[in-house]
Amino acid sequence: MKVHRHSYDAVVVGAGGAGLRAAIETAGKCRVAVLTKLYPTRSHTGAAQGGMCAALANVEEDSWEWHAFDTVKGGDYLVDQPAAEIMCREAIDAVIELEHFGMPFNRTPEGRIDQRRFGGHTRNHGEGPVRRACYAADRTGHMILQTLYQQCLARDVNFFNEFQVLDIAFSEGRVSGLVAYELATGDLHVFHTKAALFATGGYGRMFKVSSNAVTLTGDGPGVLYRRGIPMEDMEFFQFHPTGIYKLGILLSEAARGEGGILRNADGERFMERYAPTVKDLAPRDMVSRAILTEVREGRGMGDNKDYVHLDLTHLPPEQIDAKLPDITDFVRTYMGLEPKTELIPIQPTAHYAMGGIPTNINAEVVVDSDNTVLPGLYAAGECACVSVHGANRLGTNSLLDIVVFGRRGGTAMAKYVNEVSHADLPREVEGETRQLVERLRAGTGGENVADIRSRLQEEMMDKASVFRTDESLRTVLGTVRSLRERYEQASIQDKGAVFNYDLTEAIELGFLIDLAESLVVSALARTESRGAHFRDDHPTRDDANWMRHSLAFRTDDGSVRLDYKPVVGGKYEPMERKY
Amino acid sequence: MAVVDVELKIKRYNPEQDKKPHWETYEVRVEDTDRVVDALHEVKWHHDGTLSFRRSCVHGVCGSDAMVINGSNALACVLLVKDVGTNITVEPIRGLRVIKDLVVDMEPFFDQYKSVLPYLINSTDPGYEERRQSPEDRERFDDTTKCILCAACTTSCPIYWGNESYVGPAAIVNAHRFIFDSRDEAAGDRLDILNQRSGVWRCRTAFSCTEACPRDIKITQAIQEVKRAILYNRI
Ligand SMILES: Cc1cc2nc3c(=O)[nH]c(=O)nc-3n(C[C@H](O)[C@H](O)[C@H](O)COP(=O)(O)OP(=O)(O)OC[C@H]3O[C@@H](n4cnc5c(N)ncnc54)[C@H](O)[C@@H]3O)c2cc1C
Ligand code: FES
Repeated sequence: MKVHRHSYDAVVVGAGGAGLRAAIETAGKCRVAVLTKLYPTRSHTGAAQGGMCAALANVEEDSWEWHAFDTVKGGDYLVDQPAAEIMCREAIDAVIELEHFGMPFNRTPEGRIDQRRFGGHTRNHGEGPVRRACYAADRTGHMILQTLYQQCLARDVNFFNEFQVLDIAFSEGRVSGLVAYELATGDLHVFHTKAALFATGGYGRMFKVSSNAVTLTGDGPGVLYRRGIPMEDMEFFQFHPTGIYKLGILLSEAARGEGGILRNADGERFMERYAPTVKDLAPRDMVSRAILTEVREGRGMGDNKDYVHLDLTHLPPEQIDAKLPDITDFVRTYMGLEPKTELIPIQPTAHYAMGGIPTNINAEVVVDSDNTVLPGLYAAGECACVSVHGANRLGTNSLLDIVVFGRRGGTAMAKYVNEVSHADLPREVEGETRQLVERLRAGTGGENVADIRSRLQEEMMDKASVFRTDESLRTVLGTVRSLRERYEQASIQDKGAVFNYDLTEAIELGFLIDLAESLVVSALARTESRGAHFRDDHPTRDDANWMRHSLAFRTDDGSVRLDYKPVVGGKYEPMERKY
Repeated sequence: MAVVDVELKIKRYNPEQDKKPHWETYEVRVEDTDRVVDALHEVKWHHDGTLSFRRSCVHGVCGSDAMVINGSNALACVLLVKDVGTNITVEPIRGLRVIKDLVVDMEPFFDQYKSVLPYLINSTDPGYEERRQSPEDRERFDDTTKCILCAACTTSCPIYWGNESYVGPAAIVNAHRFIFDSRDEAAGDRLDILNQRSGVWRCRTAFSCTEACPRDIKITQAIQEVKRAILYNRI
C-alpha cells in the first residue's frame, strides 16, 4: 500500500454542517485541510428538514432564556446548563450570520426571517408553543449545507474529498497526526498536524429503522474510542416519532408544527392523553413512547398492528405545497400515498445520537471525569457531546449546535495551532491502519459483513431502542459480543484498491459494533428512565443517583469500563417533565 | 407489496482488471416496493461484493447515486422496482470518466459548478440584522435552490457529451440561484461568464436536463431566464 505524507496546521474531519462551519472559521488563519469520506454536499446535514431554532422574536415575543429553559427541560435535566445558555444566546447571531452567508430562509411579509413552531419549544417556560424555528421550506438542512459549502469555496478551503479517516496519532500528550484511506486509489495518507477537529456526524445505522444515511457509521467516535477517548452518554439515542413505516425516512416534526396530527387505529388523537398542553408537539422521546404504547396496547394499525397514522388531510393543500413539499413527495414516492387525502403510516425511527465525544464549550475534547483537555483534539456536531442535548435533543437544536459549536471549535483550533509547533509523529504511524486493511482484505473466515450488520441492526432495534429492560439489554450485549467474534472472521470479496466499498463497509461495521457495545453497557448500568433512555424495569427518573453523565472507556482487553461526571447545573432546578 | 425476481444488467468496469467495460447480469429477489438502490445493495451484499457505486442518504436528497437506469438518468434511491419493471439495466452516467463500475469522476462537474461563482456576493455591511427580502423576491429563485448537484441533468445533455467545455445545466442552475437573488450584487459577473463560448448559448433547449432532474427543477426555463437576462441586460 502506497503511503503519502502531508503537513498542515489543522485538519477538519468531516464536511457536514459542523465541519464546514469550523473550516470557514479557520480559513485564512492557518493551513487547514478538510478530509471527508463523502463529497461535502452529500453530507447528511443536507437531509435535515424542519428548521433551526433561535429566539429572533420575528413573529412573536420570545427570548433566548426561554429557549435555554426548553432545551434543559427537553433534555430531561441532563443538559449542562452553561453550554445550553451559550448555544441559545449565540443562536441569534448564528442565524443572522447564515443569512448574511446567503441562506435562503423563508420570509415574513415584512421581509424578515420567518419562524414556525416545533416540538418542545415554548413561550415563557412552557405556557404554550412558540414560533422559534427558522426554516427554508422543508429543506433547511440542504440550504445550510449548500450555503456553508459555498462559503468554503469563496474562501478557497482545501478539501480532500473521499478520504476516510481511520486513525489518529498522539505524541507528547497531544495530537500529532491522522491516517486516512483514499477511496479512489486505496492509498494511505498520513497528515502531520497540530490539531484535528472531528465532525463526522451520527451513527444511527446501528439500528434497523433509521432516518440516517447508510454512511452514518460513527467513524469519528469509533476511531477515538479505540484510542482511549471515552464516549459520553451513549445510552441516549433519539427515536424520532415519525419515520415512514419500515423505511425510517423522516417526516419532519414540521408536519406537526404546521398542524399535522397523530392518530391511532381508532382514529383518536392520542397525544391529547399523553401531553394535554402541547399534544402532538411534545418532545420526541415522549411522542415515540406514546406511539409504541398505543401499539403495545393494541391500538396500532396494519396486519401486525405495529404503526400509527400521521394525518395531514385537514391542512390546506396550498400550505402543504408551500411548507412541506419534500416530505409529502417522499410519501408519494415511497408509499404511493397522497398525503393531502390519505393517512400516512409512521413508526419511530432511529434518528439522533445525543451521546458521543465529550467536549467543553470550546469544542475541545475532554477525556476524563475531571474534564481534562487533550490538547489539539476538537469535536463538534452530532459526533460530539457538549452536552447541550442531555437525555433528549429538541428538534431544530442540532442544526443550531453544528453551526454554534462548529464555529467555536474552529476559533479555538485556529488560536491553538498558532501558539504551538507540530509534535513529532510516532514511528510507523500508519501501521495499524495498514494491518486493519490488510487483515480484512486477506480474511478467509467466510462471515458476510452485510449479514452481521443486519443482525446487529435488528437486535439493537428490538432490544436497545425506545423501551429497554435489564433482560433485553443483557441479551443484546451477548449478541453484540458474539457478532464481534463473527466480525473477526469476516471476509470480503473485493480485493482491489479502487473504490473498494466492500472494504470500507467492513471497516465501518467494526466502528458500529464497538459503539453499540458502549451504548448497551451504558444503558444497562443506568437504572432509571430519563429522556430517550427508558427502562421498563426502572420507569422513573432518579435524580439522587443519576444526575450524572456516563463515560464509557474501552479497556485494553476490548471490554467497556464506565465512569461518571456530574451534570453542570444552572438556574433551572430539575422538575417533572410535563407538557 | 410483493416479492419479485429481478434481472439486473449492470455495466461493469474494473480499471485494475478490465481493458473495457462489460455487462454482467444478476438475478436478485426483492420486494416490488424496494428502490433500485436496494436491488443494487442486494447484489453487492449477497452476490458480488466487487460492485461499486456511491450512495448515502438513500432517499433522494444527497445526490450520490445518479445513474442511467433503463436508458434514462435517475437516482437509484428514488426509483422503485415496481416503477421500472423486473428487467433493469444500470450504467454509469455519461460524459464523465468512469473510474470503476458506476463510479465516475465528479471533479470536472464540480469545477464547472465552481466556475460560476456559486456563493452570495454582497459588499455592503448588513449590520447585526438580517438583510430584508420580500417573500416574492425569495420566491424568484426558489426553484433553483433545490439542486443537489447529482449531475443527472448535466450528464443527460447531448451537447455536454460532445463538448466537455460546456458548463452544463447544473452550473447554470446554480448561477441562476444567485443571479436572481435580490441580495446578490454579482449577477453581471456571472452573466459575463455564461455569455462566453462555454456558457448558456451552447444550450439547444433539448429539455433532457429538465426530464432528468430528480428534484423537478424547471431547468430549461432557468436557462432561458439566464439567456434573456444576458440579451436584455436585465434581471
Ligand atoms: C432526516 C433528518 C432530518 C433532520 N432534521 C433536522 C432539523 O430539522 N433540525 C435540526 O436541528 N436537526 C435535524 N436533524 C439532525 C441534524 O441534521 C444532524 O444532527 C446534523 O446535520 C449533523 O451534522 P454534522 O455536521 O455533525 O454531520 P453530517 O452532516 O452527518 O456530516 C458528517 C461528515 O463526516 C464525514 N465523515 C464521516 N466519517 C468520516 C471519516 N471516517 N473520515 C472522513 N470524513 C468522515 C462525512 O463525509 C460528512 O461530511 C435531522 C437529521 C436527519 C437524519
Ligand atoms: S443516495 Fe442520496 S440521493 Fe440517492
